[in-house]
Amino acid sequence: MKKIDRSSKVRTGFHQAKWDEPVIFELSQPGERGILVNKADKRIAESVEGTKVLPDFLQRKTAPALPEISQPRVLRHYARLAQETLGADVNIEIGQGTCTVKYSPKVNDQLANLPQMREMHPLQDESTCQGIMEIMYKTNKYMCEISGMDCFTFQPSGGSQGILGMASLVYSYFKDRGEADQRNEIITTIYSHPSDAAAPHVKGFKIIYLHPDKDGYPDYEAFKAAVNEHTAAFFVANPEDTGVYNKNVLKFTKLIHEMGGLCAYDQANANGLLGVTRARDAGFDMCFFNLHKTFSTPHGCGGPACGAVGCADFLEKYLPSPLLKFDGEKYYYDYETASNPNAIGKIREFNGVAPVVLKAYAWIRSLGPNGLYQVAKTAVLNNNYMFKKLMELHCVDAPYIPGKQRIEQCRYTLETLYKETGVGTADIQRRMMDFGMHYWTSHHPYYVPEPMTLEPTETPSKEDIDEYIDTLKYVFDEAYNDPEKFKNAPYQSVCHQLDESNMDDPEQWAVTWRCYLKKFQ
Amino acid sequence: MGVEGFKSHPYIPNSVPEVEQEMLREIGLQSIEELHEEVPNEIILKKEMNLPEAFGSEYELRRHVEGLLKKNSSCADNLNFLGAGCYQHYVPAICDEINGKGEFLTAYGGESYNDFGRFQTLFEFESLMAELVDMEVVNVPTMDYSQAASTAIRMGSRVAKRTGVLVPASMDREKLSVIKNYCMPDLQIQEVALDAKTGCMDLADLKAKLNDSIGVVYFENPIYLGMFELNAQEIADAAHAAGAQCVVGVDPITLGVVSAPRSYGADIVCGDVQPLGIHMNYGGGQSGFMATMDDPKYVLEFPSRLFGICCTKEPGEYAFADVAYDRTSFGHLRDQAKEYVGTQTALWGITAGVYLATMGPKGMQEVGETIMQNAQYAARKLSELENVSLRFDTPFFEEFVLDFNKTGKTVAEINKELLKRHIFGGKDLSHDFADLGQCAMYCVTEVHTKGDIDTLVAALSEIL
Amino acid sequence: MGCHLALLSEEIPVKTLGLLVNPIAGMGGSVGLKGTDGVLEEAVKRGAKRQSGLRARAALERLLPMKEDLQILCASGAMGQDIAEELGWKVRIVYQAGPYTSSLDTIAAAKAMREADLLLFAGGDGTARDIVAAEVTGPVIGIPAGVKIHSPVYAIRPEAAGELALRYLSGGCGRLREAEVVDIDEAAYRTGHVNTSLYGYLRVPDDRDFLQHGKSPTPVSEHGQQLGIADEMIDRMKSDVYYLIGPGSTTRTLMDELGLPNTLIGVDLICDKKLIQSDLREEDILRHIAERETHLVITPTGGQGYLLGRGNQQLSGAVMKKIGKERMHILATKEKLFHLEGRPLLVDTGDEETDRMLSGYVRAIVGYREEQMVRISSQ
Repeated sequence: MKKIDRSSKVRTGFHQAKWDEPVIFELSQPGERGILVNKADKRIAESVEGTKVLPDFLQRKTAPALPEISQPRVLRHYARLAQETLGADVNIEIGQGTCTVKYSPKVNDQLANLPQMREMHPLQDESTCQGIMEIMYKTNKYMCEISGMDCFTFQPSGGSQGILGMASLVYSYFKDRGEADQRNEIITTIYSHPSDAAAPHVKGFKIIYLHPDKDGYPDYEAFKAAVNEHTAAFFVANPEDTGVYNKNVLKFTKLIHEMGGLCAYDQANANGLLGVTRARDAGFDMCFFNLHKTFSTPHGCGGPACGAVGCADFLEKYLPSPLLKFDGEKYYYDYETASNPNAIGKIREFNGVAPVVLKAYAWIRSLGPNGLYQVAKTAVLNNNYMFKKLMELHCVDAPYIPGKQRIEQCRYTLETLYKETGVGTADIQRRMMDFGMHYWTSHHPYYVPEPMTLEPTETPSKEDIDEYIDTLKYVFDEAYNDPEKFKNAPYQSVCHQLDESNMDDPEQWAVTWRCYLKKFQ
Repeated sequence: MGVEGFKSHPYIPNSVPEVEQEMLREIGLQSIEELHEEVPNEIILKKEMNLPEAFGSEYELRRHVEGLLKKNSSCADNLNFLGAGCYQHYVPAICDEINGKGEFLTAYGGESYNDFGRFQTLFEFESLMAELVDMEVVNVPTMDYSQAASTAIRMGSRVAKRTGVLVPASMDREKLSVIKNYCMPDLQIQEVALDAKTGCMDLADLKAKLNDSIGVVYFENPIYLGMFELNAQEIADAAHAAGAQCVVGVDPITLGVVSAPRSYGADIVCGDVQPLGIHMNYGGGQSGFMATMDDPKYVLEFPSRLFGICCTKEPGEYAFADVAYDRTSFGHLRDQAKEYVGTQTALWGITAGVYLATMGPKGMQEVGETIMQNAQYAARKLSELENVSLRFDTPFFEEFVLDFNKTGKTVAEINKELLKRHIFGGKDLSHDFADLGQCAMYCVTEVHTKGDIDTLVAALSEIL
Repeated sequence: MGCHLALLSEEIPVKTLGLLVNPIAGMGGSVGLKGTDGVLEEAVKRGAKRQSGLRARAALERLLPMKEDLQILCASGAMGQDIAEELGWKVRIVYQAGPYTSSLDTIAAAKAMREADLLLFAGGDGTARDIVAAEVTGPVIGIPAGVKIHSPVYAIRPEAAGELALRYLSGGCGRLREAEVVDIDEAAYRTGHVNTSLYGYLRVPDDRDFLQHGKSPTPVSEHGQQLGIADEMIDRMKSDVYYLIGPGSTTRTLMDELGLPNTLIGVDLICDKKLIQSDLREEDILRHIAERETHLVITPTGGQGYLLGRGNQQLSGAVMKKIGKERMHILATKEKLFHLEGRPLLVDTGDEETDRMLSGYVRAIVGYREEQMVRISSQ
């Protein structure tokens, strides 16, 4: 028995679980039951009409064609599919750049599963909800302290809805001042998340884009030319997804204010700034946080989530109702303050995504002010450590601010690799999967050519980061020595290379099993 | 330099001082203070944030939060008769088991290869819902019912190429507020009156308001006030005759016994899947869906992700990927609201899929029957109480409106009394629907036993 | 994919490939010349070898997996027959060339194989122009073999061209998009100046990974963007006002939206959404400007970032002086602006004062209710 050889960090032996698991309908066996449902008490059933009260046209004549499967088979099916999903629990999550996938502490999940959280109805009498109301109130206050804002709402259920919340605040503010028709433009940058344009569109705004200057900052001269009496607001992320922090941000917010506009901060990349700088101090009137990114709540395959929106006090009366307040003795919902006709009204039913807020609360309490500061510092340290190591590679480069630090994440370019080997970023992405790694390119369109966007956050250890870097190096070397290998990657993931050519063709796409059966059998 | 970090925190591996130092050295720095040099000094925080210090251990955190949550009194400890958009149904153990799995809980935006399971479960959710609502295309779920309705209405208006929208005056005021915030200023929303006796849509008012500027007629079945929309067919027919799209909101748990809306003319269907295996979560379990037929004219208007089945290069193998991912760039019309794609409620979609797969057609039929039987029993016993009556005599699913006007007590007072007896009384409708006066909406589902209902009846009998 | 799921039991029909090699393309580069147009003798004197055949062969090898199901149409000898037969294909000769070929042969050969399902050609920008001149409307893929490759109808390397052809012919990759073919001032190029303008269009299979400028989005979203841009401009059009519509695929989308015919590389005039005149010359434009308020709708074309002065000479200094900056509407997709990499859009109307008047920051329409700040400059 020799000592195990751990000299190479790269997991060449990795293979993701591959079950070739059929689609659930294919498991159906007539007669099988997944669960027995309780019947009404016999005395009740005999004394009422039940479904017979339905008029004929509302009586369901054919049962829905759901599959019939016994319970252990249902469980096995989904347990296998879980194995075929590379959750953050099982991999080194550096490759989902801009998503800030960090460790979601299990204790927080367990707390959110307690019946005093899960079995709460949102319309219960306030006296029965004091616990969750206190948690939401306090989290609100913490977010204010972290951002410098005066009040938050937890109604927006995701980042994009958070941006919609901010766009709605801008709209409400100007409508109240009678300037809504005049103030119909929002300025943003091309690197902003597509939602930074899409959401304000929903509120009727026109979007003016700024191109970056050679350093990667929004071009100030272009900005000056863009700002005028129609400007309602400036929406921007800082740092941008490239990792470049605009050190001239104060100049921008100042000019907007001079022209009577508002400044809205997309804080999707806030993880690298906690305790270091605050939105309000940079001149922003409102901001939003992704609780499922910066504040550790689990991503859930894409939600549930929360895009907490905060604002300065002069905007409080436009926030979605009700606001959560404390009168010294108890917590209560205030329907008055934000009741003016120009306020947003509501973005979501009920009072926000409570379990997500609870998990964020617990996370903040586990870290305290020093911990949050450490989160930002370590995240940026991890990012710049990775940045230095990757930039030493011949085939990797990163546009903008040469030699300067990047905050939270970085968008690299593999253009040299592509030109020299014909292997591009999409190929690298598929090959990285053979080692159990996620890897992300960029939003479309790819402004940075052959983009690679990586974000370690504070979660990985130095060893984890080194493993990711070593794996990238291994794959880059392969591109030079064996580019053919990439043609059919991945080889050790759950399936082989996709052929998505038909996914834009109405004759060929099938969004449901019944469509597939209709078209292909 | 007034801020310090937190050494060796369990969630921050590289906060171990030696490791931190090593990494700093590798990038030519000496202390973490030298990081963030791109942030101008004027906006650097010079002192610690005013937040409570971290708990010294996970145990202390747990005790603290559990202590806070103990101040809650949940539906596990009380008899709950609240509904109004968030429902208490039985959650099969398998639903919590699957959505508690770490892989599903912590996955996010990987590709069709390494997040294969995520894509397949969501495709299966879409497919299972499609069978339930009898449509061909269902989206990866959105925030909640009101968002789904808002989006469905915008989709309908784009298809009809008109900006007028008619909604029922019986709908939830909160939902209407969300829809207004989302759809205005581009769309004009008007309410159609409800029939005071039946609660259903007033057809005369509908016909009066229909004209060629109306692009969408939206109604719900069951109606917010609990009863079925008996005029559904007429409403859909009138909408189509006027050239408008028919958008129908449903509660999916009814569809084991109630016919699917397509059968009476729905073009777009929307609703909330929270009743399908998801705990109430104080309103955090909501999850909206939209469904249409497989016509590009509709499919290309979905702003959310749609997962479809596709081939791989390996013969006989299939996988799942985005259908027409760039469709959000479409929108030939003036209302180019390039609605956004982002994080929504995927985990709840997966859960609803598990629920439907577990329940199967028989389970869905049985749960629908049990609910209707329980609710009818409760309604009858309650309306037998003195001075209490059923406000509408239209057939309902699980919710009904009780009229307390003759009792001389307000719903608020009654509910306070019920609370003392550990009962959550029905939703007070007196603020939102002033015409109804002191009415409350009671919700009875399959979780209520005969004993539970009898307890409610006895308690009310005492109070009144 | 359709062929996997649906057609497993059906026969895959035989496809035809048009193969066209420009034997003299690429000869100049290896001996220090910047292209072969007009300097072929010099190139041969310098000992240049025939590159394009080798490149074409590298591409064609990638199609061997479907050899049995692919019929090749080609021109004789070095223009395609040699390579195809070397690899074992039975070909159908549709054009007989002589020992020394020229662009006339390329044009004639391309015309002769117009019915092919796909035209695969090897050459450079000149060859691409010949294909345009032959009025080829079906899909094409360029095998890069010339020195000057500025037209994005070429794959990034010969092997990639072959792979893309294989995918397209096997039923994958069904969408086509339009790619610009550019014209380059040869003389200027030889002295180090790259002046390109729009020559025409060819249709290529959509594939974001393969073709040059592969950073472009899928045509679905590029076309979607162009529709949004067109709709925004149409919304802004006032009645009783003339609008000059310049050349480019973005402006073409606008004319398509209005249901009007447009001149591929010329300037058209519309008013109240109706066509007034096509393909105007400078004197036509000046005459119309005198009649009523005239605006210009224009998009950068032909690469190099020129807005005015390359290939749209009819928009002269005199014309632009009368139109002015306020009435100039610039349409551009975000990608197009991004490829400027921060450089300004250039104007060279021939009149310095006019160029200065047009300079500075303006807003380009990049989508429906979307604009981007862009700088105009004269150098």
